[in-house]
Amino acid sequence: MPEGGIGASVKRKEDFRFLTGRGSYTDDEVRAGQLYAHMLRSPHGHAALGSVDTSKAEAAPGVVCVLTGPDADADGIGGLPCGWGITSKDGTPMVEPKWPVIAQGKVRYVGEIVAAVIAETADQAADAAELIEIDYRTLDAAAVTETAHLDGAAQIHDEAPGNLCFDWDFPGEEAAEAVDAAFEAAAHTARLELVNQRIIPHSMEPRAAVAEYDKGEEKLTLYCTAQAAHAMRLLLGAFVLNQPEHKFRVVAPDVGGGFGSKVAPYAEYAIICWASRKLERPVRWLGQRAECFVTDAHGRDHVTEVELALDADGGFTGLRVNTIANMGAYLSAFAPLIPTFLYATLFAGQYTTPAISCNVKAVFTNTSPVDALRGAGRPEATYLLERVIDEAAQATGIDPVEIRKRNFIADDAFPYQTPVALLYDSGSYERALDIALEKSDWSGFAARRSASEANGKLRGIGIASPIEATGAAPSAIAGQLGARAGLYESAQVRFNATGTVTVFAGTHNHGQGHETTFAQLVTDKLGVPLENVEVVEGDTDRAVMGMGTYGSRSLSVGGSAIDRAMDKIIEKGKKIASHLLEASVDDIEFDSGTFTVSGTDRTIGIGEVAFAAYVPHNYPLEELEPGLDEQAFFDPVNFNFPFASYVCEVEVDPETGSVSVERFTAVDDVGTIVNPMIVEGQVHGGLAHGIGQALMEGAVFDENGQPLTGSLMDYTLPRADTVPSFDLDHTETPCPMNPLGAKGVGEIGAIGAPPAVVNAVVDALRSHGVNHVDMPVTSESVWQAIQSANAS
Amino acid sequence: MTSTVSMTVNGKQVSAECEGRTLLVQYLREKLALTGTHVGCDTSQCGACVVHVDGISVKSCTMLAHQAEGCDVVTIEGLADGDTLHPMQEAFRENHALQCGFCTPGMVMSAIDMVNRHDTLDEKTVRHQLEGNLCRCTGYHNIVKAILAAHPVMKGTA
Repeated sequence: MPEGGIGASVKRKEDFRFLTGRGSYTDDEVRAGQLYAHMLRSPHGHAALGSVDTSKAEAAPGVVCVLTGPDADADGIGGLPCGWGITSKDGTPMVEPKWPVIAQGKVRYVGEIVAAVIAETADQAADAAELIEIDYRTLDAAAVTETAHLDGAAQIHDEAPGNLCFDWDFPGEEAAEAVDAAFEAAAHTARLELVNQRIIPHSMEPRAAVAEYDKGEEKLTLYCTAQAAHAMRLLLGAFVLNQPEHKFRVVAPDVGGGFGSKVAPYAEYAIICWASRKLERPVRWLGQRAECFVTDAHGRDHVTEVELALDADGGFTGLRVNTIANMGAYLSAFAPLIPTFLYATLFAGQYTTPAISCNVKAVFTNTSPVDALRGAGRPEATYLLERVIDEAAQATGIDPVEIRKRNFIADDAFPYQTPVALLYDSGSYERALDIALEKSDWSGFAARRSASEANGKLRGIGIASPIEATGAAPSAIAGQLGARAGLYESAQVRFNATGTVTVFAGTHNHGQGHETTFAQLVTDKLGVPLENVEVVEGDTDRAVMGMGTYGSRSLSVGGSAIDRAMDKIIEKGKKIASHLLEASVDDIEFDSGTFTVSGTDRTIGIGEVAFAAYVPHNYPLEELEPGLDEQAFFDPVNFNFPFASYVCEVEVDPETGSVSVERFTAVDDVGTIVNPMIVEGQVHGGLAHGIGQALMEGAVFDENGQPLTGSLMDYTLPRADTVPSFDLDHTETPCPMNPLGAKGVGEIGAIGAPPAVVNAVVDALRSHGVNHVDMPVTSESVWQAIQSANAS
Repeated sequence: MTSTVSMTVNGKQVSAECEGRTLLVQYLREKLALTGTHVGCDTSQCGACVVHVDGISVKSCTMLAHQAEGCDVVTIEGLADGDTLHPMQEAFRENHALQCGFCTPGMVMSAIDMVNRHDTLDEKTVRHQLEGNLCRCTGYHNIVKAILAAHPVMKGTA
């Protein structure tokens, strides 16, 4: 067996090109005769759009054309589609206003495109955009999450009275009554009002795209920063551009991070495709960071009231959640899914709470549209649950560790049906927490707190025990819940004649290490050396189909598709081997790259079998086609459920309010681990993302919808000196629902870290009478919390 | 209005016509097709564009191409010797200090300069010195490890 199979921390195949400047990102694609697009954007949060006079811009040096909203209509360009529908509690469908690629009649957020200038150089396009004269009549805005649906708020869309997109109850009336009963009978209750603030994704590579239309072939090619090339092709081709799928190629080359923000189809991509088709020249667009700030889909932005009912022993008996979720000005592709089925289905957490109900009001505001961002709904759910549990620990006087342990779903209770639709397949929650407590030296905290106090500092410790549903999704269930697409994954495993293997996958690698991890699957199962396996992703002309990479689905869904394709390879290989070895196919065994006639020493390697398949001189042609090239689709029967326990320790300076994360221990269970090095890297990144949300990140708009955090000088990202080193461990409970036993890993850190950090900060501040601080927990907010607690 | 700018890049003498407003990073990417140097922001915050100019790390988005006239510039493409990686590149690979790879060129260039400037390095110093380089994937954990691992190799004390 070659080295580098499942379980090996092999170094990444993709690293050499990234480390030597040979990566090939979208903006590195250069096309002969290319033009440059510059998007002129609304500076207003809400304004009526009067005349848009482009005449001076059209006459400016180098300008080839200027496109406006009416041009889009004239050329049959559609609005940006939404991929998920939600039904309100009164049975009506969500309100889904048209999202034109260029504003028509009105602008509804700062950054909305009002005109696109196409010119010979980027500078000429930008210079000409300044010559466009626009008659704006500013309108009152509704930019605040809590108040956008109240009487008197400015109306954003005519078809959405009260700016309400949907008003959703889950699971339903019966559950709500059960929760009411639980509260009536409760011995204790805990309640918090929480803000899960809006954050901005910030992959380090700005969004970018290059479009090229070949009139002779009637074929459009779009290179773009995408996490899901096939989905991008489907959504842009079918709904916006009317470009048939077989005449539309989308390529997502190397992509510099995604975090959810590169899933949705964006207006800029549609515009440059349209322009390229119109002008018959390649057109490119590169987002400036300032544009990314207002146009990359934002994440979170919930205002929530959460209440937990408990019995006299601290058992959770009911959970009630009321949330207002900000959608932004329009519905981005998966926005409605996030505060609904990715959110409320996680309210059971790792616990046995029997009665759970929630109401979610989704509102339109004059802010940038919101969509998936690392965790997407699950961080919001985990945050409110893990925070209210700490509050319940206070209310009952039970230790935060003990109260969690009393309510964990027991190891022998799986499969476990939660009251919020999900059926958990496996778990061992107390064990993960115990390891985290041990590794974090939980019992030694008192001494460390005393040492901090001796230095005039406050010290706090916090736990979070997150769970997540990853591996979207069972298509049939997703369809019932409103998905407008399937959610399988597909893969093709092709032996080449000389025994090397090419894997074509529908997922996309933008940092996750698929080129290495997926190759390890092949090495492990087919015995082909790692260096002889190539993984191809992100090209609709090469991978047959795919739904892409998001929601921590690539290994458990895409990897399983590769595994199924390899099963087919082995099955066909056995037939070929049986012919070559002159034995019955039933007697052929396969292991570690070798076919053997059972009970004999007659063997043949899979490389020779592949060669025979492509050079079929001695081959059962009457029974079997030549070639060794198989495709498989995998549609999981259920989600999978990674879980973790995190312990965070912070020090707070009561004089300045500054918070530093001193220790962070993370024990994750992501099922079978293919490459431990890569898995640890995914956890590190998720934790830093979560610490960023907890302590520093926050998108701020004023009441007119004007973004106040519009650059990296106003919006704080975690830097090397604001996050700690992480202490990681793991348990490994294989998922029984896919052939690899794999679960997702990319998001759990970002899901679990925020409540762990905030629980630690609140623990530090309790001695000052503080029981909650909203994120981001900045030095200012901590200082204010201490002052107001002192004042009262 | 363009004029010729000449400099040495990765040991080769180069010259190209560019406008007065052309940034060094644009000169490298667009005139020389050295696309390993990346642009990640517009406020000199992210550090994806760091190169060495006369041996010192510089954010190439904050320098005009004309200011580099006659200078000796090294980019990420100029570090490895054929298939043999520079010790800092090797340490990044060995320690999984990169994921999507976009911040990596700037990180590596900054890290080399950091090692050059310090006889000794500890975690706190590395973290502080990395303030000018943003990474969204790694949580910095393995980047810090890689730099600490490369230091003795580059200093010949390993």
